[in-house]
Amino acid sequence: MSSPSTRIAGAAGGQPASNAAGAGRDLFWAVLVFALVAVLPLLTDSRVLSDYVIRLSAFAIFATSLNILVGYGGMVSFGHAMFFGGGAYAFGLLMQKAGTSVPMGMLGAIVFSAVLALAVGAICVRLKEIYFAFLTLAFQMLLHSVILSWISLTGGDQGLMGGIPRPPFLGIDLGQDRNLYWFSAAVAVICLLAMRLVLQSPFGYTLRMVRDNADRARFLGIDVWRVKLYAFVLSGVFASIGGVLLALFVSGAYPDFSYWTMSGEAVFMIMLGGLHVFAGPVLGAGLLLLFNDLVSRFTEYHGLALGVIVLLFALGFKRGIADFIGHAYRRVATGKRTG
Amino acid sequence: MNPSELLDCVTSVSCLVTQTTTGLIIGALLFLVAAGLTLIFGVLGVVNFAHGSLYMLGAYLALTVFRATDSFLAAALGAGLGVALFAVVFERLFMRRVYGTDVLMQLLVCYAFILILDDVVKIVWGGEFLSMGMPEAFQSPPFFVGGGVVPVFYLFLMVVAVAIALLLWWVLGYTKIGKIVRAAAQNATMTSALGINTNLVYAGVFACGGLLAGLAGALAAPVRSMSPGMGFSILIESFIVTVIGGMGSVSGALVGALLIGLVRSFGSIGFPLFVEGAMFAAMVLILVLKPSGLLGREPRP
Repeated sequence: MSSPSTRIAGAAGGQPASNAAGAGRDLFWAVLVFALVAVLPLLTDSRVLSDYVIRLSAFAIFATSLNILVGYGGMVSFGHAMFFGGGAYAFGLLMQKAGTSVPMGMLGAIVFSAVLALAVGAICVRLKEIYFAFLTLAFQMLLHSVILSWISLTGGDQGLMGGIPRPPFLGIDLGQDRNLYWFSAAVAVICLLAMRLVLQSPFGYTLRMVRDNADRARFLGIDVWRVKLYAFVLSGVFASIGGVLLALFVSGAYPDFSYWTMSGEAVFMIMLGGLHVFAGPVLGAGLLLLFNDLVSRFTEYHGLALGVIVLLFALGFKRGIADFIGHAYRRVATGKRTG
Repeated sequence: MNPSELLDCVTSVSCLVTQTTTGLIIGALLFLVAAGLTLIFGVLGVVNFAHGSLYMLGAYLALTVFRATDSFLAAALGAGLGVALFAVVFERLFMRRVYGTDVLMQLLVCYAFILILDDVVKIVWGGEFLSMGMPEAFQSPPFFVGGGVVPVFYLFLMVVAVAIALLLWWVLGYTKIGKIVRAAAQNATMTSALGINTNLVYAGVFACGGLLAGLAGALAAPVRSMSPGMGFSILIESFIVTVIGGMGSVSGALVGALLIGLVRSFGSIGFPLFVEGAMFAAMVLILVLKPSGLLGREPRP
């Protein structure tokens, strides 16, 4: 990023784009959250809770990465699961067939989805809203059909069977449940912190500006296409890390990971939690996972129940929970000042 | 990949006839669904992501009516009108609230309906594959053209699709109703200022889209098996069709549907594993070279 655009991006946000105090505060929150989550297994043996936290780690990264596009970039992608599933499959295949170590497998998944995102993004980010949504959806269905039909490599609709090996690395054995728990939580917190820092950087504010007024951004000398493409690649990369965590947890990868319902759930997660607060998607992911667990306990008609909840939120509340609270808080705050 | 078999097929008359008719009926069904999708987009500016579910609903309604009355005509009419009614309710109660909001809300409302309708179908008709079977009226021996087999029902289906295409072309281009619809598509505020009830136009356009999708479902019922997920795959295909033809253009939908139908039927011989890939590749090519589609207008400002 050249220096003029940095200055402009900072001004567009209405607050300092990047300062040491903000980054320090984010770091403090990250350490605090990780510490709280990390002591949980020492207090309780609950298997349900630890499984929940591991899945939440994967989906919190996935949903927040999508929000880079939807909330901060104004690009509504309906095909984000292509990177989630793509990352899971790339990781699983590397571990199974090439026998790499866990960090190398993760790196492989990241590289794979970065290349995929670069190719898909280069075509998609030029397009207007509805075309963008549908084209990303179409690309995702293409990847899904490749996974289904390339049976010799991916196992088709059975998914990657036979389990994903988890060889110990750096003295960490992910075969043990607690280690997997801490590893997932650490990866999630690191990824969330990284995304936060990127979004608070001059690049993050440039992205917001492109969302709000692409023409003005262009007049100011910003290469809109490039900014959008960078955001697309970035969000694809983080989504793939979420996929890796889920693949580690279920010890496999399934075509459903890259099916449109997965993208739909991610879109609903950020809608449920709130688009305009950084932690909104994390909240939404937590609530939706909780909801899914409850619903599948009581009824087999999961889609019906989820559909009704989605309708209620989309048409009733019209904004996510975190946005709702933020909105109410601001109103109270301004009310006090004037009154 | 077996291009030699494709070459064999193209040079043999019987295979050419069989594959072309198969391609044409796939195209005819796709056209009926895509025409509604493109009409709704052209007039209201929203993409009805739940359009495939209307097609699914049509197929299942047709099955029920057919089993009750044993008449395919009644089944097709019942499916078309039933789905049209449902589409109006869907538009008035739900979609109406998300016009002019961001795409996210439209997407979510349709996503909710896809989920709900899939489960409703599962509850009412069951989750397993169902099939209607060929109605007795169409069980006469097939025609043979140059050694290729052309079932009677295929001919019927093509005739219906052509008739509907002509009807749409005439109504949209040469009647007062068509003029109103085109005016609402161009500038809804101005149209309503001239004393035309645009809400009625919107509901009507949705009803028309629902009618076509329901009819397509009914026409597909004798030749395709049905399952709760069938709506989504046709949604993706008809979206590809509308993008290739140009969103908002009905004649574009016809061209796109026939193109995709032929790609599907000949592709299943020449490159069976890459049929879907070829469709997506065609769409990407169009989006990069001419984003407004083959016959589309330039997008509205």
